[in-house]
Amino acid sequence: MATDNRPLSPHLQVYKPQLTSMLSILHRLTGVALAIGTLMLVWWLIAAATGPEAYDAAQSFIGSIIGRLLLLGWTFALFYHLANGIRHLAWDTGLGFELATAYTTGWLVVIAAIVLTLASWLGGYAALGG
Amino acid sequence: MSLRSPLGRARGLGSAKSGTQHWWAQRLTAIALVPLVIWFVIAMVAATGSDYASARAFIGSPVTAVLLILLIAATFHHAQLGLQVVIEDYVHTKSAEIALLLAVKGAAIVLAVAAIFAVLSIAFGGA
Repeated sequence: MATDNRPLSPHLQVYKPQLTSMLSILHRLTGVALAIGTLMLVWWLIAAATGPEAYDAAQSFIGSIIGRLLLLGWTFALFYHLANGIRHLAWDTGLGFELATAYTTGWLVVIAAIVLTLASWLGGYAALGG
Repeated sequence: MSLRSPLGRARGLGSAKSGTQHWWAQRLTAIALVPLVIWFVIAMVAATGSDYASARAFIGSPVTAVLLILLIAATFHHAQLGLQVVIEDYVHTKSAEIALLLAVKGAAIVLAVAAIFAVLSIAFGGA
């Protein structure tokens, strides 16, 4: 059965971007990003199990500009996916579907993700300095 | 009158051949990951910049090792469930879809086993 050449209905471009729809796709995007980010954790654990040279190589990559940028992105993705995931779990119980509530919790999730990202990076730099 | 058997109706699996197991497993792992991820971030912030010896002491301590293994198992189970839905939604060529699903699920198992083995080998004082 031919499934890859069918006519398509109007797609995303016909819809006005809204907070709710943007946060919805961001949940999926951050989920995919976090799945890729597990590679860094697995590398770090295997490096620590392998020996000092492997561990230093992993640490110097994580400490590099690229490593830090990746880690910053993954930190935000983790907190966003965590906070919005809790929002999804509340929806699963039937709570919070009113439009005003959905917008309020949406903004709360964005603020929480930004604040928690900044807090953990301040904590990380404090640990480096201490 | 329904032509479906009473057992088929009771199972309610329909043409998708599966029920709510996927959805439920995604929620269970999500709930488990809430405390695990909060612990993980706090622990990793505290461990920022650790040298080799202190990283191993951290990973290998009993509480950390157990929580890391639980985190790894829940994370990879949750990740492959989520990636499966993304692939099913966006990849419309059946052969590519099956190949990607197999690759993602295989990679999740390999990475989870590798990470858990690394934690155990550090905890039990291996090389």
